[in-house]
Amino acid sequence: MREGRSPAFYILAAFFAAYVLFLYGPMFAIFVLSFQGPDGGLTFPMNGVSIYWFKHLFFEGTGVINIDVSFVRSLKLGFTVALITVVFSVSAGMAFRKKFFGQTLVFYVAIASLIVPSIITSLGIALEFRLIDDWVKANQSWLPAFLFGDFQTSMGLFTSGLAAHLTWTLPFGLLIMFAIFNRFDPRYEEAARDLGATPWQTFRYVVLPIILPSVVGIGLFGFTLSWDEIARSSQAIGPVNTLPLDLQGLTTTVTNPDIYALGTSTTAVSFVVIALALFVIGQLQKKQNSLGSDAGKGV
Amino acid sequence: MEVSSLRRTIVSWLQAGPMVLVFFAFFLIPLVFVTIVSFWNYNDYEMIPEFSGRGYTDTFEGCIDQLPQFCTILRTYGSTLKFCIIVWALTLLIGFTVAYFLAFHVKSKTWQIALSLLCTIPFWTSNVIRMIAWIPLLGRNGVVNQVLVGLHLINEPLEWLLYSEFSVIIAFVHLFTFFMVIPIFNSMIRIDKSLIEAAYDAGATGWQTLINVILPLSKPGIVIGSIFVITIVMGDFITIGMMGGQQIASAGKIIQTRLDAIQFPAAAANAVILLIATMMIIVGMMRLVDIRKEL
Repeated sequence: MREGRSPAFYILAAFFAAYVLFLYGPMFAIFVLSFQGPDGGLTFPMNGVSIYWFKHLFFEGTGVINIDVSFVRSLKLGFTVALITVVFSVSAGMAFRKKFFGQTLVFYVAIASLIVPSIITSLGIALEFRLIDDWVKANQSWLPAFLFGDFQTSMGLFTSGLAAHLTWTLPFGLLIMFAIFNRFDPRYEEAARDLGATPWQTFRYVVLPIILPSVVGIGLFGFTLSWDEIARSSQAIGPVNTLPLDLQGLTTTVTNPDIYALGTSTTAVSFVVIALALFVIGQLQKKQNSLGSDAGKGV
Repeated sequence: MEVSSLRRTIVSWLQAGPMVLVFFAFFLIPLVFVTIVSFWNYNDYEMIPEFSGRGYTDTFEGCIDQLPQFCTILRTYGSTLKFCIIVWALTLLIGFTVAYFLAFHVKSKTWQIALSLLCTIPFWTSNVIRMIAWIPLLGRNGVVNQVLVGLHLINEPLEWLLYSEFSVIIAFVHLFTFFMVIPIFNSMIRIDKSLIEAAYDAGATGWQTLINVILPLSKPGIVIGSIFVITIVMGDFITIGMMGGQQIASAGKIIQTRLDAIQFPAAAANAVILLIATMMIIVGMMRLVDIRKEL
């Protein structure tokens, strides 16, 4: 094709740079502002530089809510969601490699779960658990007292909350599995089978090591989508709040750089998880390349 | 043969089972409950399990009396649809351009991966924070107003930058252009490069190649991205709430308002209406493309 860079390249590169600036610029602004001095406000200019607002946020509290508690709560939920998403997605992804009865239906349900507006799913899960509550309360007389003696609600972080998050992360997991297996060379498996491997051995020692970097990617999606989720949590999370819900609540009540400090802290967690996942993926790929085929290398 | 195919179906269902169970228990059943409850009665503080169309009649109240003027629900859907179209057009334009640059102008594989990661990382961070991030920029005393006043382009700070339709659209584009970039980029890198060389050899200009070769072949990615963006905007209540200063109505926000008033059947009725509206749009778009072939 044409040699060198066309003028179009420079125009498009400038456009891309502007887009990246648009993506990161505002985030950068709140990172800077979260280090406001104690007398600083919500806007520039900076009134000194300090970590006052981080201390204020985590150790003195913003009055109404304990940020550190919801911070830990969201972390636990995020890792649970990530783990379940990985296991269920890989398993379902294996099933979808062969045709099976009802396959198309399952696929469309997964897609529907992804694109049906979150508020509807959230409302539905809230109604479901509310009706369960009503049923339990109506039948408390004969239900075992040690389980239901002081029953309040079945809604909670690891019941309705976890369910709401999974309806959001699992479709992403499944779609990523499709993308993985569309690029997967089935001859590796055939070779393993020909050499006498059982289906489990084939999966454990051949398929899984090859797809592992992408599986880490599914875990990354699972955690980050859960860590930042609001729309589905809004009705279904139950009596306690996750971090993003607290943050959303703070935006209407707090008028000091507390919210920026919290924003910087949550984003820092996201960045640490992203960096960690990308590092692991990179290492796995490096290992794969070094252990890969030696065909044509004259070994 | 019969037995082995049955066995394979069972194995497949066992493998897909855990995921299917989650979707069944926490997506399909809840949708059924939403539909049932939408036909229940309610009073000021609880829902009453008896058949009633009140959730729907309350929602469409005045739609016939007020003709030829539009009633609240129709006006709200009109406004939501307007956001959909504007945001769709902007994200498509930006997303297509970014994807085109990545797919056809970035030659090295490493750079392609690095730059598409650069576009993806914000998607892995919190939407609320990315919305809050506009406050110090667009607020009354924000950076944009400070600069404009400083340059004497305006005398008074602009009030419509934040908590307005403008800021809602900015936030939507900021948050969701990603959903266009990735599918379109995915379609574009699958285009056989020899097709583009053929177009060039046959004397097509760059622009002609773009319009007549690349655009049609990117259609699946465009449709998938469009479905994402349109359904997100249709059902949104958080972005419109936060960036609109809780002053702008939307289809999703009606549901939230009803829920805050503990009117579950009315909320459910609105959810059913929103679901039907969204599904109609999606079915229309799905006819254009087979998603599974595109991953």
